[in-house]
Amino acid sequence: MSIKRREFLRLAGLSTLFGLGGKAAFELIAPGQLDAQSYAPEAHAAKAKRWAMVVDMRKLDDKTAAKCIQACHLTHNVPDIANPVDPAKAFPPEDQVRFRIKWLWTEDYHNAFPGEEHENLQEKLHHMKFLVLCNHCDNPPCVRVCPTKATFRRPDGMVMMDMHRCIGCRYCMAACPFGARSFNWKDPRPFIKEVNLNYPTREIGVVEKCTFCDERVSKGQLPACVEASNGALTFGDLGDPKSKVRELLRANFTIRRKAHLGTLPQVYYIV
Amino acid sequence: MLEQAFTGSKKYFGLLAGLGFLIGLGALGYYQQLTTGLGITGMGRDVSWGFYIAQFTYLVGVAASGVMVVLPYYLHDYKAFGRITILGEFLAVAAVSMCLLFIVADLGRPDRLFNIIKYPTPGSVLFWDMVVLNGYLLLNIVIGWNVLEAERNDTKYKKWVKFLIYVSIPWAISIHTVTAFLYAGLPGRGFWLTAVMAPRFLSSAFAAGPALLILLCLIVRNNTKFDPGREQIQTLAKIVTYAIIVNIFLFFCEIFTVFYSQIPDHMIHFKYLFMGVEGKGQLVPFMWFSLIGMIVAAIAMVNPNIRRNENTLAWACGLIIITTYIDKGLGLISAGFIPNPLEHITEYWPTGLEAMITLGIWATGFLILTVLFKIAVSIKEEVRA
Amino acid sequence: MEHNGNYKNEFGWFADKPQVPKKLYNAKVIIGGLLIFVVLVTAPLWKNLGKVVPAPDPKLNTQAILALPEKDRTCVEDTAFMKANHMRLLVDWRDEVVRNANRDYINSKGKRYLASLSNNCMECHSNKSQFCDQCHNYVAVAPNCWGCHWEKEKKQVAQTEAK
Repeated sequence: MSIKRREFLRLAGLSTLFGLGGKAAFELIAPGQLDAQSYAPEAHAAKAKRWAMVVDMRKLDDKTAAKCIQACHLTHNVPDIANPVDPAKAFPPEDQVRFRIKWLWTEDYHNAFPGEEHENLQEKLHHMKFLVLCNHCDNPPCVRVCPTKATFRRPDGMVMMDMHRCIGCRYCMAACPFGARSFNWKDPRPFIKEVNLNYPTREIGVVEKCTFCDERVSKGQLPACVEASNGALTFGDLGDPKSKVRELLRANFTIRRKAHLGTLPQVYYIV
Repeated sequence: MLEQAFTGSKKYFGLLAGLGFLIGLGALGYYQQLTTGLGITGMGRDVSWGFYIAQFTYLVGVAASGVMVVLPYYLHDYKAFGRITILGEFLAVAAVSMCLLFIVADLGRPDRLFNIIKYPTPGSVLFWDMVVLNGYLLLNIVIGWNVLEAERNDTKYKKWVKFLIYVSIPWAISIHTVTAFLYAGLPGRGFWLTAVMAPRFLSSAFAAGPALLILLCLIVRNNTKFDPGREQIQTLAKIVTYAIIVNIFLFFCEIFTVFYSQIPDHMIHFKYLFMGVEGKGQLVPFMWFSLIGMIVAAIAMVNPNIRRNENTLAWACGLIIITTYIDKGLGLISAGFIPNPLEHITEYWPTGLEAMITLGIWATGFLILTVLFKIAVSIKEEVRA
Repeated sequence: MEHNGNYKNEFGWFADKPQVPKKLYNAKVIIGGLLIFVVLVTAPLWKNLGKVVPAPDPKLNTQAILALPEKDRTCVEDTAFMKANHMRLLVDWRDEVVRNANRDYINSKGKRYLASLSNNCMECHSNKSQFCDQCHNYVAVAPNCWGCHWEKEKKQVAQTEAK
């Protein structure tokens, strides 16, 4: 029997679709599973109901802040775009500004708390450099907008980044009201002078931010910045009434950045 | 039907070749971006969305405007539009294709594109954007193809095509509403946090899209044997007129809310656009040109003598396209990021490579448009012969 | 149009059978194109004619492994399992560690290991070019772990040089 050209093309197209689609459906519906091995948190992992941080600006001076930032950025291989390993590959100054990646940094009062400043501020506020970072909000807009759940909120409150899943759409960067997120506009490795071999780097095209040192907390350690802060930063569990952070919050007046937006930030500042 | 795309005049193939050259340049630029990163663009930590997303936003509007031709014909039996619904639908196909290409070009990791399907997140507006854009593309291809084929064979299209056409009408509104919701739900971006974002998007779209369609109809009339029709162009012109008036009105609504309430967070973005802040104001001349141009174009379009004369109409439509493009394509995205949430000001301007890639994608869209219009026009010429 | 009712054209309409002799039109273009296609598609074959690629020879004689007593030189799972499933295992680790904060892996024998490519696997297998790359290069697979995760080969080289 003869088959018309049109019917042949139709048949060929449909079989291809079925073949490819069928395989894809198999992968999606019943992906291969490994036999029952199991996973558990590390033996000394610190657990919490709700992680939070208190920044005591009375104890934080510029030198300590610089130490905290250095500890964070060195531990996590955060590239310093202004200082490439090979000085010949340096970027022009405007590019250094726009490609910069920072997980923890300092800002003036009117930048960290826009709208709170006025003409007759307390004297010390004019010179204070506030340490700012991701606030690990309880109601995070960045998590809401991520189309792949590459950024997600853990049950214990940490807002995490899954570098393997991020497609680099930068919607989370648009959504964050605190400007806490950075994107890898270029390959970061040529800008990492001191490498920490125990922590990965990132590749081009993904967003990164502070993760409250989840790899250290998993070993029962404090975040790198808290350890380097000489007591100025306190990290702990808001769900434990006896924790240091709860003590500090009970005893002191604290402010948060842009609290009126309702994102419920969990970094508190004692000024 | 596809065979109509492979035969044509020298002008047709010359146009395709020229567009192909631009596409090649864009592809080279994109390869550079794939290997060295999005740093080749002018974007940065503060302005993290730029030219690509702006083009996408503008073109979603143009795509949505296909509904302005489909709705009167299929819902209200305005028979005159029967001649040009196919042109509107094919314009929508080309525009949505460009949107999807711009989104992919803007991704940091396009190799992980399927993550958005593997890990669906119904709470994310971007997920829904992907759904509605792809759905709209498919709808218009299927509808356009079937209706055109039925016209060629002098029969009626099947009933299920009618059902799809009815679906495509609210779907067209939804693609632009969802795109507006991308911006309008972000608590940290005061410039975008306005309920009027979606209506303004739609009104700007219904001005720009039909204006572009009018220009395309005039080009088709002058270069082929198919005449879209005088009455059709006049009705489109009336749609453009009212849409541009609504767009200007909604803009002034925004201005009132922002400047009467005197909230600094919201005012500062408008001040940056129209006056400059801290000495930085590279967009100021563009925004004033856009605003005044829109008002001038609206007054011109309202005047029936200007509207009825197809030469002056073409000029007015061109002005509307340029001014709405500046409004959405340049002003909207930058001003959302300037100043940033910490009140720092970092200005943004696209780089040469970014412009080359953008041009390549525009050329791809126009290639699709040329091919589809060639098929539609050739068949209409054939039917009327 | 007169027709005898036993021929339908490609649009499904009754028509007259076209009086065209059966021959291959545009023969030069078609056959030329087919030849080019065949050449391109078989390019990997004839480009690598005569090339000898040595069989993969993954070496397990790193400092860290040799320092262990013989009976302790076991991987996270047995060799057969690892050969077949190390890719799947690493992907599972990746999701469990990053998304579920479970950084410990309990293997089929109940022993606990840190679920980390750089900080566990590469501590023993610190010779990527003589171990991982051996098979990966042979089958032309390029896993994209190494763009972010450290392979620690330099660390091993530095240690041997320090000796």
